[in-house]
Amino acid sequence: MTAPTPVNSFRSLPDETGHFGQFGGRYVAETLMPLILDLEKEYRKAQQDPAFWAEFDALMKDFVGRPSPLYYAPRMTEHFRGLAPAGKGPKIYFKREELNHTGAHKINNCIGQILLAIRMGKKKIIAETGAGQHGVATATVAARFGLPCKIFMGAKDIERQKPNVFRMKLLGAEVVSCESGSQSLKDSMNDALRYWVANVHDTFYIIGTAAGPHPYPELVRDFQSIIGKEAREQMLEKEGRLPDMLVAAVGGGSNAIGLFHPFLDDPEVAMTGIEAAGHGIETDKHAASLTGGKPGILHGNKTYLLQDEDGQITEAHSISAGLDYPGLGPEHSWLHESGRVNYVPITDTQALEAFQLCCELEGIIPALESAHALAALPQLTAEMDEDKLLVVNVSGRGDKDIFTVAEALGVEL
Amino acid sequence: MTTRFETAFAKGPALVCFITGGDGNTAANLDALVEGGADVIELGMPFTDPMADGPAIQEANIRSLDAGTRTADVFRIASEFRARHSQVPLVLMGYANPMIARGADWFAGECAKAGVDGVICVDIPPEEDAELGPALRDKSVSLIRLATPTTDAARLPAVLEGSSGFLYYVSVAGVTGMQQAAQGSIEDAVAKLKAASTIPVAVGFGVRTPEQASAIARVADGVVVGSALVDLVKQHGTDAPAHLRALTASLAEAVHTAR
Repeated sequence: MTAPTPVNSFRSLPDETGHFGQFGGRYVAETLMPLILDLEKEYRKAQQDPAFWAEFDALMKDFVGRPSPLYYAPRMTEHFRGLAPAGKGPKIYFKREELNHTGAHKINNCIGQILLAIRMGKKKIIAETGAGQHGVATATVAARFGLPCKIFMGAKDIERQKPNVFRMKLLGAEVVSCESGSQSLKDSMNDALRYWVANVHDTFYIIGTAAGPHPYPELVRDFQSIIGKEAREQMLEKEGRLPDMLVAAVGGGSNAIGLFHPFLDDPEVAMTGIEAAGHGIETDKHAASLTGGKPGILHGNKTYLLQDEDGQITEAHSISAGLDYPGLGPEHSWLHESGRVNYVPITDTQALEAFQLCCELEGIIPALESAHALAALPQLTAEMDEDKLLVVNVSGRGDKDIFTVAEALGVEL
Repeated sequence: MTTRFETAFAKGPALVCFITGGDGNTAANLDALVEGGADVIELGMPFTDPMADGPAIQEANIRSLDAGTRTADVFRIASEFRARHSQVPLVLMGYANPMIARGADWFAGECAKAGVDGVICVDIPPEEDAELGPALRDKSVSLIRLATPTTDAARLPAVLEGSSGFLYYVSVAGVTGMQQAAQGSIEDAVAKLKAASTIPVAVGFGVRTPEQASAIARVADGVVVGSALVDLVKQHGTDAPAHLRALTASLAEAVHTAR
C-alpha cells in the first residue's frame, strides 16, 4: 500500500515492540496485555485492508467534511511582516481543522478507532476527556454507529465545561464523574483504565491522543496523518512546493503528529511543537513536559512527564484544558531527543494575545490549544524570510473557550 | 540457600497481607499483621496514579502522599521491619514510575539493602521486563509477576519466565478490592497455573473474609488480602493495630486450617 520507508527514516517507528527509541512501549497491567496484543493484530489486518480505508475515507469526506481547507491568512501575514525586520515575515497558512464536524481534529481519530472497535466485535465504547472535545467526538461516532458510550471526565472539568457535558448527553453518552486525584484529564484516564480492566471482554477504549500503550500512539498518529497528507497536497497545489515550517500545539500531541508525520522525511521542512507553559516554566504551574519534565512511565507508555524526584506525577497547569496534562505522546519525546522537531513553551498570556489577534485579523476564533501554536508566530516570523511558507495547525475552534477567555480578560458575560 | 519465600510457603497455605506504606503508623501496623499470623507482607509504595487500584487503596495512596511519604521513607519502613522480623518475607508492591525514577539499578540496590525479598510492579508486563527485571535479578530480589483471567496458555510461559518467589493470581479482571471471583473459576485457574509453574501460586483481589480465604487456601499456596486491611487503617487510624491483629488472626486461622 505504501512505499517502503528509507533506512534513515524518521517515519519507520515504532519498532515491532512498540518503542520509539527508549519511548513508547506497553506498560500496562497484565489483564490488559492480551487485549493490547489483539488490538495490534487487528490493526495490522485493517492497515492492509482496502475496504477499511475506503470506509474511513468515505466517512472523512461526508461525515467529517474533509478535506479541511489550507487557508492563506493574508492579514496575519501582513501583520507579522510589519513587525519583522526588513525582508522577513513568511506567508502564513492555516490548516483549518476547526472546520471539521465537532469542531476539532479529534473526530479523525474517533472515526478510525470506532471502525476498529466494530471489526473487533466490541459492543461498548469508553473514552476519557479533559475539556470535552474528545468526549464529544467519541459520543458523536458512538451515536453514528449505535454503540453505547461512557465518557470519563474529571469532576472539576465537568464543572468547567458544562456545554460540552450537555453535548455529550444529547449525543446519548453517559458522562462518568471522576472524583479521584486532581479530578482532571489524567484522573479521567486513570478511571477509564480502571473501568476497562474490569470490562475488557466487550469494551473498546477510544484513547483521545497519540499516547497510551502501543499500538495506540501509532494508530492515532496514522488516523490523524490525514491532516499532514492533505496539507502536503494542498501546499503543492497552491505554491508548487512544500512548506518551510509547520507549527502545532502539543498536549498529548495528536494534532501535531498528524500534521508533522507525513513531512518528517522532508529535511527542508522544519517543525515547531508548542508546549503549554502556563504561568511560565520557571513556576510550578505549567504543562511543558519536555521543557520541565523527564522521562518516566505513566498511562501505558514511557515518555517525558512532569514528576518529582521520587517519580510522583505532578499536576499540570494550562489555561487550555486540552493541554493540561503532565505528559505527551511518546513519538514527540523521541522527535524531541532526535532533534527533528523543535519544541517551544508558550505561556497562558501569550496564548491569550494570539487568540485575540486571530479573532480580530482573520475572523477565526481559534481554540486555546491552537492559540498556543499561533503565539509562536511573533518569534518564528521574525526569523523567516518573506518568501518562506509557514503552516499553523488551527486544530480546533474556540467556541468552547469563550467563558475561559472572558474570565481571563476580566469580562463579565 | 533457602529463601524466606520458600520457608514461608513450605508450611502450607500462606496468608499474604498488604498495607500501603506511610498510611498511618506503618511500623505498628506491620507488627500487628505479623503478630496476627501473616506469613508474607506486601508493603505498598504510594503513587499519585494507582491505575489498577479500587477506591480503598487509591485513598490509602493519597493519604500516604498527603502525609509527605517519600520513597526514602518506604525503604526506611522496610529496613526497620527487616530488623524486627528477620524471617518474614517482605514484598514491595507498586507502580513503575517511582521504581525507575532514580534508575532500576538504584531501586534494586535499595531493595537488597533494606532486606526486601521481592517486588510486584503492576504496570511492567513481561514484554517490558528490561525496564526492571534484570536489575532485580542481579541483586537476587524476586520479581513477582501477576497472572490474570485474561492470561491464556500461550502467554503464561512468558509471564513465568524470569519470575520467582511466588506467582500472584489476580482472580478478577478488575481493580483491587471490588468483587470476588467465583470459587469454581479460581480453582480451575489455580490448577492450570500450578501445572505450568514450579513456584507457589497466591490468589488475591476481592478477598475480604475468613470464609473466602479458607476456600481459596484449599487449592492455592497463598491468599492475598489487601483492601480489607487498608479499610481498617482508614477507619481506626492510630488504633488500627488491634483491629488489624484481630482480622489477620481470623484470616490466618482460616488459611492455615483450610486443608
